[in-house]
Amino acid sequence: MSGRGQGRPVAELEDVSRVYRLGENVVKALDGFSFRFEEGEYWAVMGSSGSGKSTLLNLLGCLDRPTSGSYRVRGEESSAMDDDALSDLRSREIGFVFQSYNLIPQLDVLENIMVPLFYQDVPPADGPERALRLAERVGLGDRLGHRPLELSGGQQQRVAIARALINDPALVLADEATGNLDSATAVEILNLFDELHGEGKTILLVTHEPAVGERAENVLRLADGRIAEVSRAREVGA
Amino acid sequence: MIRGSLLRTVRLGVRSLLLHKLRSALTTLGVLFGVSSVIAMLAIGEGASEEAQEAIRRLGSQNVILRSVKPSDNQVTDQTTRVLTYGLTHDDFARVAETFPGVVRAIPIRELPDEVRFGSRALRPRVLATVPSYLDVTGRVLHEGRFLEEIDDREVANVCVLGYEVARHLFPFQTPVGEKVRIGSDYFTVIGTLLPRVRLGSDRPDPGEDVTGEVFIPLKTGRRWFGDMILRIRSGSRDMEEVQLHEIVAEVDLAENVPFVAAACRTMLDREHTERDYEVVVPLELLLRAQETKRIFNIVLGSIAGISLLVGGIGIMNVMLATVTERTREIGIRRALGAKRRHIVTQFLVETVVLSIGGGLLGILLGMAIPAGIERWADMRTIVTPTAPLLAFGISAGVGVVFGLYPAWRAAVMDPVEALRHE
Ligand SMILES: Nc1ncnc2c1ncn2[C@@H]1O[C@H](COP(=O)(O)OP(=O)(O)OP(=O)(O)O)[C@@H](O)[C@H]1O
Ligand SMILES: [Mg+2]
Repeated sequence: MSGRGQGRPVAELEDVSRVYRLGENVVKALDGFSFRFEEGEYWAVMGSSGSGKSTLLNLLGCLDRPTSGSYRVRGEESSAMDDDALSDLRSREIGFVFQSYNLIPQLDVLENIMVPLFYQDVPPADGPERALRLAERVGLGDRLGHRPLELSGGQQQRVAIARALINDPALVLADEATGNLDSATAVEILNLFDELHGEGKTILLVTHEPAVGERAENVLRLADGRIAEVSRAREVGA
Repeated sequence: MIRGSLLRTVRLGVRSLLLHKLRSALTTLGVLFGVSSVIAMLAIGEGASEEAQEAIRRLGSQNVILRSVKPSDNQVTDQTTRVLTYGLTHDDFARVAETFPGVVRAIPIRELPDEVRFGSRALRPRVLATVPSYLDVTGRVLHEGRFLEEIDDREVANVCVLGYEVARHLFPFQTPVGEKVRIGSDYFTVIGTLLPRVRLGSDRPDPGEDVTGEVFIPLKTGRRWFGDMILRIRSGSRDMEEVQLHEIVAEVDLAENVPFVAAACRTMLDREHTERDYEVVVPLELLLRAQETKRIFNIVLGSIAGISLLVGGIGIMNVMLATVTERTREIGIRRALGAKRRHIVTQFLVETVVLSIGGGLLGILLGMAIPAGIERWADMRTIVTPTAPLLAFGISAGVGVVFGLYPAWRAAVMDPVEALRHE
């Protein structure tokens, strides 16, 4: 586990397993996984296809519960939560960025950015201003009224990132966020992640591409549902 | 806050539906036609029943009406001239008027088959010889002048009162009061006219006449000029009919006594007449029967309405199930962004209810337009009661909720991870 312990823990996994049963077959997508992500860290999660990256991300994002083991987000234990409590946790603490942008087609840019606020029990009063600031922050201040289909892939992914930030989440989770983009656009998006990291956001980026992995502060490599390698590229003082 | 978010959900729901305008429009058709046919049929049924009940009430719900009926047997004769004697007699009248307890008063009516003319205009209305109290007992309303009075009968005066249609037809441009019309071969002075009355199914319109109407003359005058014999010439054969009275209307003191008086009349006529040359019409019975008919009509209508709304609801449910499948990914996204199951349920339920209420509102408009059109072009009375549209609105909202619940539930229980993976 993290040898540093200098930051506050944001997400803590302890002996987490996620087992899929398909009839006779039992697939251990995650197997006895323990790890701690700390505030302000920027991780790339890498590994071959089927190694359990998405499964890990879904657990971290409270979309899924571990089959066994314990997972805490900012100290809140998720494995015992019911569906409503998990949803609530997602709406407060998690920001998702997907490979295929996943904007809602009938909503315009500003509305898409605000969607997570719709589902908060006590939505902040300054939602629209926050959305406006974020839209400007990702460089789409002049496209507020546009629908997703009127935007390029890179622009859609910027909207998705703004959406992931609207609830000021503890964790920003990105699964192959640059997978659908050409390399120039991918670099723009990665620059944006760098900036967010600079602002102190905790970011997890799942990726296949070594080039993308290199941009992150740290790399977590998975194989067969286990941790294969942890590399902290920029150790304190290094 | 809750209200604000519901409002937003409705707005966004409408927007989602507008993404597929044609599909949404087609989906509402089931409820639209269901609701509109219910409203239209209710309006027509209500109008028809109201018309019938009103007509019966005008006959007088406290009246018992005896009528002469030409017996249908002993028809086969090859004589060219014969005399047929049948129907109610003056003795019958006297018995009803004077000896029946419960009968306040009774009026005799004779019907004369004579042409009525004024100048070149001619008509063949029912010429009724009767007494002054006819007006009170039947509840007819005077329009102009006066009705028959005792003195007309005493003096056997040649006066007449015209029904509304007759007056309109013979005197389209002037008031008939004071004019002389010819009835048969005699001249009668018009002393008054009546307001129109609603036509009844049991009125026998004379064939070949497009205007049925009535002309009233004093009973004695009728007897003096026309006797008890009536000559009908019909396709070669000359029928002589001898009928003393065509109708007796007995007014009963209390509605409760109407059945007893009716029974007494039937018993008496049965005893006094050798053949069935009479009928007893009890408007109160007709009224009850009309109400029963209406009740049955309402049950039938309710079933049709239920079935059509069921079909409409199933149509909506079908489309919503397809929509939910089609938008699986959107559901996954919303769940990932923090939507709880109830948010998803609300979202799809609102869309279904918007569809069904949309259909319901259009159905109400169409359903109110149809009776208006019928009234205008088919000349039928229709009544849209204020409860009908409200009921229809409530029902269509209910259909939306009932048939929206299952698709919404299906959407809500999806696993977020799987939903996100859906292509
Ligand atoms: N719903 C599921 N049912 C059964 N098995 C599953 C399910 N989801 C994932 N798995 C299995 O779990 C393992 C890990 O899958 P996961 O999606 O986490 O891999 P991954 O690292 O994200 O791969 P990729 O790079 O291809 O996206 C795989 O063997 C996969 O087949
Ligand atoms: Mg994956």
